[in-house]
Amino acid sequence: MAEELALTIKDFKSENEVRWCPGCGDHAILNAIQKAMASLNIAHKDYAVISGIGCSSRFPYYMSTYGFHTIHGRAAAVASGVKCANPNLCVWEITGDGDALAIGGNHFIHLIRRNIDINVILFNNKIYGLTKGQYSPTSDRGFVTKTSPYGTVEDPFVPGQLVLGARGTFFARSVDNNIKLSQEIFEEAAKHKGASVVEVLQNCMIYNNGIHAAITDPKMKKEHQLMLKHGEPMIFGENEDKGLVLECGRLKVVKIGEDGVTRDDILVHDVTEPNGFVHQLLINMALPDFPVAMGVIRAVPGPSYDEAMVAQIEEVKSTAKIKCVDDLLTSGNTWVVE
Amino acid sequence: MSKETKVIELEEVAIRFSGDSGDGMQLTGTLFSDASALIGNDISTFPDYPSEIRAPQGTVGGVSGFQVQFGTRRVTTPGDYAHVLVAMNPAAVKANAPFMRPGGTIIYDQDSFTEKNFQKAKFSTDNPFEELQLDDYFKIPVPITTLTREALKDFGLDNKSILRSKNMFALGLVSWMFDRPMDYMESFIQNKFKKKPAVVEANLKVLRSGWNYGMNMQHMTPRYIVHPAAIEHGTYRNINGNLATAWGLLAAAEKANLELFLGSYPITPATEVLQALSARKDLGVKTFQAEDEIAGISTTIGAAFAGDLAVTSTSGPGLALKSEALGLSVMAELPLVLVNVQRGGPSTGLPTKTEQSDLLQALYGRNGESPVVVLAASTPSDCFHYAFHAAKIALERMVPVILMTDGFLGNGSEPWRIPKMADMPTITPRIAKNAETYKPYARDEETLSREWAYPGMDGFQHRIGGLEKDLMGNVSHDPENHQKMVEIRAEKVKRVVDMVPELEVCGEQEGDLLVVSWGGTFGHMESAVREMRSLDHKIGLAHFNYINPLPANVHEVFSRFKKIIVCELNMGQFAAYLRDKEPDFKYEQFNKVKGLPFTVHELCEKFEQLLEE
Ligand SMILES: Cc1ncc(C[n+]2csc(CCOP(=O)(O)OP(=O)(O)O)c2C)c(N)n1
Ligand code: SF4
Ligand SMILES: [Mg+2]
Repeated sequence: MAEELALTIKDFKSENEVRWCPGCGDHAILNAIQKAMASLNIAHKDYAVISGIGCSSRFPYYMSTYGFHTIHGRAAAVASGVKCANPNLCVWEITGDGDALAIGGNHFIHLIRRNIDINVILFNNKIYGLTKGQYSPTSDRGFVTKTSPYGTVEDPFVPGQLVLGARGTFFARSVDNNIKLSQEIFEEAAKHKGASVVEVLQNCMIYNNGIHAAITDPKMKKEHQLMLKHGEPMIFGENEDKGLVLECGRLKVVKIGEDGVTRDDILVHDVTEPNGFVHQLLINMALPDFPVAMGVIRAVPGPSYDEAMVAQIEEVKSTAKIKCVDDLLTSGNTWVVE
Repeated sequence: MSKETKVIELEEVAIRFSGDSGDGMQLTGTLFSDASALIGNDISTFPDYPSEIRAPQGTVGGVSGFQVQFGTRRVTTPGDYAHVLVAMNPAAVKANAPFMRPGGTIIYDQDSFTEKNFQKAKFSTDNPFEELQLDDYFKIPVPITTLTREALKDFGLDNKSILRSKNMFALGLVSWMFDRPMDYMESFIQNKFKKKPAVVEANLKVLRSGWNYGMNMQHMTPRYIVHPAAIEHGTYRNINGNLATAWGLLAAAEKANLELFLGSYPITPATEVLQALSARKDLGVKTFQAEDEIAGISTTIGAAFAGDLAVTSTSGPGLALKSEALGLSVMAELPLVLVNVQRGGPSTGLPTKTEQSDLLQALYGRNGESPVVVLAASTPSDCFHYAFHAAKIALERMVPVILMTDGFLGNGSEPWRIPKMADMPTITPRIAKNAETYKPYARDEETLSREWAYPGMDGFQHRIGGLEKDLMGNVSHDPENHQKMVEIRAEKVKRVVDMVPELEVCGEQEGDLLVVSWGGTFGHMESAVREMRSLDHKIGLAHFNYINPLPANVHEVFSRFKKIIVCELNMGQFAAYLRDKEPDFKYEQFNKVKGLPFTVHELCEKFEQLLEE
């Protein structure tokens, strides 16, 4: 293993003043990513942070790494090009719910389907922040905003469902105010070979304050969040006495100690299960009937596009007759005019 | 009756092969052309096919054609009109009659001249030739279907496979008539169907039957002799514009010592660029078939940011989708090449037909003040040269460059003298060297281009983006800064003029009429001007390959002529551009938007008329 690089969070801060609104969830996410990068033992020069457009997408300016603030919706495609150009890089895509799931929806699913080794951090504040408060593809039906004064008449995407539908190999969820959890997840995402999508529930102080409060409220957190850990039973609750079981193809909340339920009856989390059935059920869990699943929900190994691309080139090269452009130009049918 | 073959010696001949899109006429034409080039004729080809892959059989809409002109002297166009038409059915005769030279020869499959096929081709009588007023033409009816069936009767093939080899009979026959070497075609068939020996045998049998038929029917079929052309010595190959474009980019990557990345989405007639580069894993090319054209250019921008020679290829509708991202590369000042193989528009337009109507889109089709360098290739083989130079300019000046070709160039082919890489110019990308002093938007004083530093380079870490920026790449909303940056980006493109060769005039250097053209029309323009000069007209041709910036001497060249006419396959886009850039002149126009190249004939007519006025 390479020698420890001993980078600290300071090495990742840029001299630019951070311009997000005070109290915006983005600050904490920035912090968690910087911490994760410092502890990953990857050379500073090899990080590239690519974003689209939105409040969240200002992110690269607040980092000291290579960064590219691109155009609305296209970060996934730009990041894909970066990774293919140089597969040694550790590439991060920073995107919002509008950026990734509305204008950039096509690129989002195709990045996942190709399984390019990029860490996608999806800042989900369920609103268009930068354009000052219109509903987004993750806003709930009936949600009232400036462009839906009578409430929306459409259902939202659940980002994790899209990830699974696009054959995603990695999906995790965190909340902005849990920096420790975010950092852990970001590190896992970075280590995963392939497209890793992390949905961070983010609070927009100005246009959608409190949208995730029921989930993130420190007082209710133990009841309303299920912290998933690979290999451990799915237990939650103030007294760690609630758990999940699978019954007739559906999840069910049970109480340990009641109706003869013991810890051993509780479902054990397996991030590596290729069949996405349980992962899908976990992704869909919502208040009030269920806690919201947090942590790494899915992390299955699979061939990454960038590795396969390099391997294919190497393989073809190893037996190729054409080694340079001169060889190419003179290959096939040619004739000489004296 | 004499059994002597009539032998006709010609300087150049144009042949048009045509049939149903399933009849294999493109392959027939290609093989015939390659064989012609191999024996030393100069050639120029033009495939003309319908956009439906299999339009209803036997209908005029389903006719696929391939025209080749070959000759003893330099051949610059596939020929306005064909001397010989090979028609596999009545619809092919109908579709191609307008492209025939008066009194030309029509070889047709007699077996297909049935009432049913007349109806499908919407003839109202059972005499198509009379109906099309082709009575004066020399017609050679050949029972191609029957003879093919006969040749293959012992092969145990199904009817479909038998009918599929009809084209080989036609090829054999025409090869006899023009004395083309059979060995080339034979070895092609052997290679192509290597894994199916039965198919090889069948095709070879039919090919030879066609040749023998010509020989045995000498009294009916004339034989033509076209001597080899006197061309510069060297090693040659046949190449079409799309392949030449792909290879020019490969050559540039090798010269610049960079990896080549292509992000692209299939679209006619540009797809072959993507296909040709996808086949070049042996040279380490990274091709990325994106989910759409936006992703095509966005991945390309990412690859440019990360240090590759980054290219995206498309046609008009795709160029439209790429506009916003192209603006990002203008703003970020990243080197990339966008190849636009033009087709008929607007909207889906005429996908398989050629046109030059994307010029203003390329020059101006973006939000904001967003200048890019625009180049245009002029022949199938010089696509290599201009693709190479597009990459050179992009890398040495840190600008996006659009290379314009078109369907006529992309699909058309001609013999090409193969260059040696050692003779190609150097390419020196502006890769940053000094981390201590690096500022992302510090500029070279002369060229105003910035330096390129990409992820993985230690000590050069920086941020760029689509927002207006300052010297360091950081966001700036300062009004003075914006004004300055807009001016610098424009000036930077203007200064590319020092990489642009002076405009040269073919023909008369001063005189009565200057013909102005750009891009893929070169062959026709050159032929027309040559013809006009042979009639002692004082006429010259100024053909443009560099559109933005224009060559430095345009004003001087234009001043030498009494009249100027701008000829283009659109409604006058280059003329409008010239009126803006060189307002001191009066520009006549000749425009055509039929999805077809100019004909030399119509050009000469127009020039005559203008000279008489
Ligand atoms: C092509 C284009 N269309 C629209 C916009 C305007 N726009 C900028 S950001 C944005 C939505 C941002 O929402 P989100 O992605 O959720 O990011 P947030 O601001 O919430 O972090 C929109 C509509 C744009 N910049 N570009
Ligand atoms: S508008 Fe909302 S999302 Fe944007 S910076 Fe302010 S709080 Fe954050
Ligand atoms: Mg948002």
